[in-house]
Amino acid sequence: MGAGISFGQVSHTYRPPRGRPVLALDGVSLDVGEREFVALLGPSGCGKSTLLYLLGGFLPCEAGSISVGGHPVTGPGPDRGVVFQNFALFPWKTVRQNVLYGLEKQRLPKAEREKRAQELIDLVHLSGFEDSYPSQLSGGMKQRVAIARTLAIDPQTLLMDEPFGALDAQTRTLMHEELLAIMRRTPKTVVFVTHDVREAVYLADRVAVMTARPGRVKEIVDTHPSNGSRADFIHTREYTDKVDYLWNLVRDEAIRAQEERD
Amino acid sequence: MSNDVASVAPPAPQAERRVAKLRLNSDNFVIRYLPLVLLAILWEIAPRVHIVDPSELPPLSAVAKAWVGLLMDGDLWTNGTSSFFNWFFGLGGAIIIGVPLGVTMARFAVVEDIASPVVKALYPMPKSALIPVMILWLGLGAGSKIASIGMSCLLPVILSAYNGARGVDHTLIWSARSCGANERDVLWEVVLPSALPEILAGIRNAVAISFIVLVASELLVGQRGLGYLISFLGEGGVYDAMFAVVVTVSALGFFADRAYLYFMRRTLVWRE
Repeated sequence: MGAGISFGQVSHTYRPPRGRPVLALDGVSLDVGEREFVALLGPSGCGKSTLLYLLGGFLPCEAGSISVGGHPVTGPGPDRGVVFQNFALFPWKTVRQNVLYGLEKQRLPKAEREKRAQELIDLVHLSGFEDSYPSQLSGGMKQRVAIARTLAIDPQTLLMDEPFGALDAQTRTLMHEELLAIMRRTPKTVVFVTHDVREAVYLADRVAVMTARPGRVKEIVDTHPSNGSRADFIHTREYTDKVDYLWNLVRDEAIRAQEERD
Repeated sequence: MSNDVASVAPPAPQAERRVAKLRLNSDNFVIRYLPLVLLAILWEIAPRVHIVDPSELPPLSAVAKAWVGLLMDGDLWTNGTSSFFNWFFGLGGAIIIGVPLGVTMARFAVVEDIASPVVKALYPMPKSALIPVMILWLGLGAGSKIASIGMSCLLPVILSAYNGARGVDHTLIWSARSCGANERDVLWEVVLPSALPEILAGIRNAVAISFIVLVASELLVGQRGLGYLISFLGEGGVYDAMFAVVVTVSALGFFADRAYLYFMRRTLVWRE
């Protein structure tokens, strides 16, 4: 069974307890192929995270349809792992306990759980920090723990909500390389929310550019390197051209989003 | 006005450093409690040289002697255990009822709608005002004291559990849900541990309140307890013994808080 994702005419209205309702998403349609890496790119407040939360099943889908592998999304589930910008680690659990959490929910035998947790801790290069608490780790390490926790349950789909947005530039670059390396070893369908154009071009196979509120898909751009390799992609003309092209698309929307806020 | 002064005044790092140097906050146990030692010496001397009337404030040595007497008689022990019983069940009851109530108020809108107005209305009420009501309803025995303590401690416990559970980061809940956690798992494995720091801080407030209401309720009426012993000795004019009990209660309050703080730090070791 595939893990392709399909958004069909998805709209979403935020109804704050006080104030008037806000149309966050307006008729978004998008298909993501199995094992495809798609970035949702847009200015702050364009509803790209909302789209991800709807896919995660954290918010109810009120208008339109969302399906994963042909099944409509009705709530959160272990087939869709999530990584958040703020890491969302359980601060009272150690690194090992955090990574074990999903495995315990999946009711795996204890020995298998321990083995798998250790594999993932090794995968994200955190050996030696198993018994540390999140408060003792740097931002990059925290996000690696969060990725390990999510990968532990082996979801078919990975939902990432600006996962490297809280990290400094150097750490972010290293995390990009690490994420691509992990994806080569365990390929997954990825939906990656970001407002960073370079990040989107570097990581994604396709980039869906979203408009300022209400969010619509403005254009979908193929960012797959033509020679198929990402190793030196960042140094190619093709990469910089794609970044320029996407930046021009995003720019207008970012300005519009800013005007709306002022 | 004040802005002008602030902008004109130069920064004073020098002065700050000097004040900091003068601090007594030393790791040395003796130095840290030096002010208490000085106070004790003052307490001993002042009545002896008649700066204060010794019948109103007996010297510390007399109080200490009376304390040993109370200990030997067993008065301190009998009344102490009786107080402990009231305190334990009053505070324990408040925690057992207050934590689940506060957490469910935060998680379920219906519970909040019902309980929140009552909690808000009771919050500003002076806790000691409850004591006569409880005596009216439950009589002069332990029941009214346990109920007074419990009711007084309930509000800070409910509010801390409510605030703690309300403040749970929703991405933690979502992360748990996508790991396969159900609603019940979320409550026990995410909401409760997230709220724990605030709950424990609320219980610390409750501990302080419990001591106040414990002594107040026993002072008011009763035939047992440390508060009763204070009023009994006071009415009988046995002031050195009365002070001995007052000091005992203060010391118990102090050590209860210290022990609780130690427990709290141990429990929340992940925060550091």
